[in-house]
Amino acid sequence: MSTVETPRSPYARTKPSGTNWEKWGWMYMRASGVVLVVLIFGHLFVNMVAGEGVRGIDFAFVAGKWASPFWQVWDLLMLWLALIHGANGMRTIINDYSSSPALGKVLRFAVFASAAVLIVLGTLVIFTFDPCPSVSPEQFDLLPSFCPPQ
Amino acid sequence: MSAVTAPRSEKKPRPGGTLYRGYTGMWSWVLHRITGVAIFFFLLVHILDTALVRVSPEAYNAIMSSYKTPLMGLGEIALVGAIVFHALNGLRIILVDFWSKGVKYQRAMFWVVLGLWVVLMAGFLPRQIINIVLEVNGQ
Repeated sequence: MSTVETPRSPYARTKPSGTNWEKWGWMYMRASGVVLVVLIFGHLFVNMVAGEGVRGIDFAFVAGKWASPFWQVWDLLMLWLALIHGANGMRTIINDYSSSPALGKVLRFAVFASAAVLIVLGTLVIFTFDPCPSVSPEQFDLLPSFCPPQ
Repeated sequence: MSAVTAPRSEKKPRPGGTLYRGYTGMWSWVLHRITGVAIFFFLLVHILDTALVRVSPEAYNAIMSSYKTPLMGLGEIALVGAIVFHALNGLRIILVDFWSKGVKYQRAMFWVVLGLWVVLMAGFLPRQIINIVLEVNGQ
C-alpha cells in the first residue's frame, strides 16, 4: 500500500535559472516588428508606389539607391530584422503544429539554416555591390546615368 | 417532474476567458499566421532575386521583367495586402500586450486595422493597376 501525499500540500514552484530565451524571442518579435513596419512601408512606397512603381525597378534603379549609404543601411536592417523575425515566427508555428519532435527539429533547422545563408548572402551583396560594373558595350545603357563611360 | 430550461438569451453566447478564442481575436490571429508564413517564403525568394544584381545588370533586369507581368502584378497586390495586414495587426498585438486598455479595445482595434488596411491599399492600388493595364496592353 502506498501512501497518498497530503492533498493540499502547496505546489512548489521552482524558479527557472538561466536566460529566458522564450521571453527574449517574444520581446524581439515586438521590437523588430515596430522597426520593420517603418522600414518595409518606406521600402514599399519608394519601390512600388513612387515614380513608376514596379515598372521603374531595374539594375539602374537599385544601383542608384545603393550608391547611397542611407539605403544600404536601410536594406541591411530590413534584411537582418525581417529574416530573424520571420525565422522566429516560423519556429513558433513549427512548435505548434509539427507532429513529432524529430520532424520539428528538422524543420527548425531548415528554417534557421536558410535564414542564416540568406543573411550572409544579402549582407555580402549589399557591401560588395558595384553600381558601375564593367560590362560589354551593349549592356552599358543598363547602368545608372552617373556611371563614367567605359 | 419538469426539466428546468435555462432562459434563452437573445444574443448568441460568446466564449469567454480568452481574447484569442472565437470572433475577431481568433480570426486576426489566424490571418496573422497565414500572412506571416506567406511573407516569409516571399522574403526568401526576394533576397535571391535581388542577389542577381551581383551577377550582372542583364540577369537582374531579366528577373525583374518577370515581376512586371500582369499575373505577378496581381500577386504583388496579394503580397502587399498581406504585408499591410501583418504590419497593422502586429501593432494591434503590441497594444494588446503593453497598453493597459489593449485587451478592452482589442475588438475595436481589429476594425481600425481593417479600416487602415483599406486606406493604405487604396493608396497602392491605382499605381499597381495602371502598371498591370499597361503590361496587358504591351506598353
